[in-house]
Amino acid sequence: MIYYTILFYVFAVLAVATAFYVVFAKNVIHSAFALFGTLFAVAGLFVLLNADFIAITQIMVYVGGILVLMIFGVMLTTKIADIDIHTKNLNRIPAILFSTGITVILIFILFTTKWNIKPQVQNQETVSQIGKLMLTTYLLPFEIASIVLLVALVGSAMYARKTK
Amino acid sequence: MEIGLHHFLTVGAILFGLGLFAMITRRNAILVLMGIELILNSANINLVAFSKFGGLGVDGQMITIFVIILAVAEAAVALGIVLNLYNNFETVDVDEANLMKD
Repeated sequence: MIYYTILFYVFAVLAVATAFYVVFAKNVIHSAFALFGTLFAVAGLFVLLNADFIAITQIMVYVGGILVLMIFGVMLTTKIADIDIHTKNLNRIPAILFSTGITVILIFILFTTKWNIKPQVQNQETVSQIGKLMLTTYLLPFEIASIVLLVALVGSAMYARKTK
Repeated sequence: MEIGLHHFLTVGAILFGLGLFAMITRRNAILVLMGIELILNSANINLVAFSKFGGLGVDGQMITIFVIILAVAEAAVALGIVLNLYNNFETVDVDEANLMKD
């Protein structure tokens, strides 16, 4: 149990620290690489929550897909050689007040609410359950998700094409 | 101290606040997208935490899978739009794309 606590704090501190770096870094590439750390740490939190399949999906889809796509986007939209890829921030003070306010309100609410916590079953593997649910209860959302992915693929390819 | 629901929800809330801050202040479109990814990740942490501690079984994890699928679709379409914006405006600053303003 002590390992669980230590691992939780390691992953939580890693996630929050790298997320801070993502938000406050001056260089876009540095933000993109810090997002690697955040996504890996969140995958670790998923493992601690007995969600092994979600953790692997997180690593494969987010780190292997979205983040690589974003780094491609950064490299395609900035001329790294001549102009600087630094970015500026606007409205810093009101944004800090607003987002810390919302975070404090959220934390206050989640500590004052009386959650209905049930005793959980320990160490159950989830892959076979998720597979069964995906082909029975969630069959319609599963098929719609496949169509959404196809439409997004074709649509983004069409948008990104140079028309001139 | 036993690690419970509150700890995971607190991490989710902090990630949400940081993502919100990135979305408000950053003017680079790709960094706005990164803020959106942070917010979706915090929602996923909440869903999986409730799925473990709330006795919901794997239903919360199913919703997390669909959130990840939609995040992929959103990121692909948004990056296509960003590339098109760069082709037309030579910048990815979201404040510069104001042709419809006046």
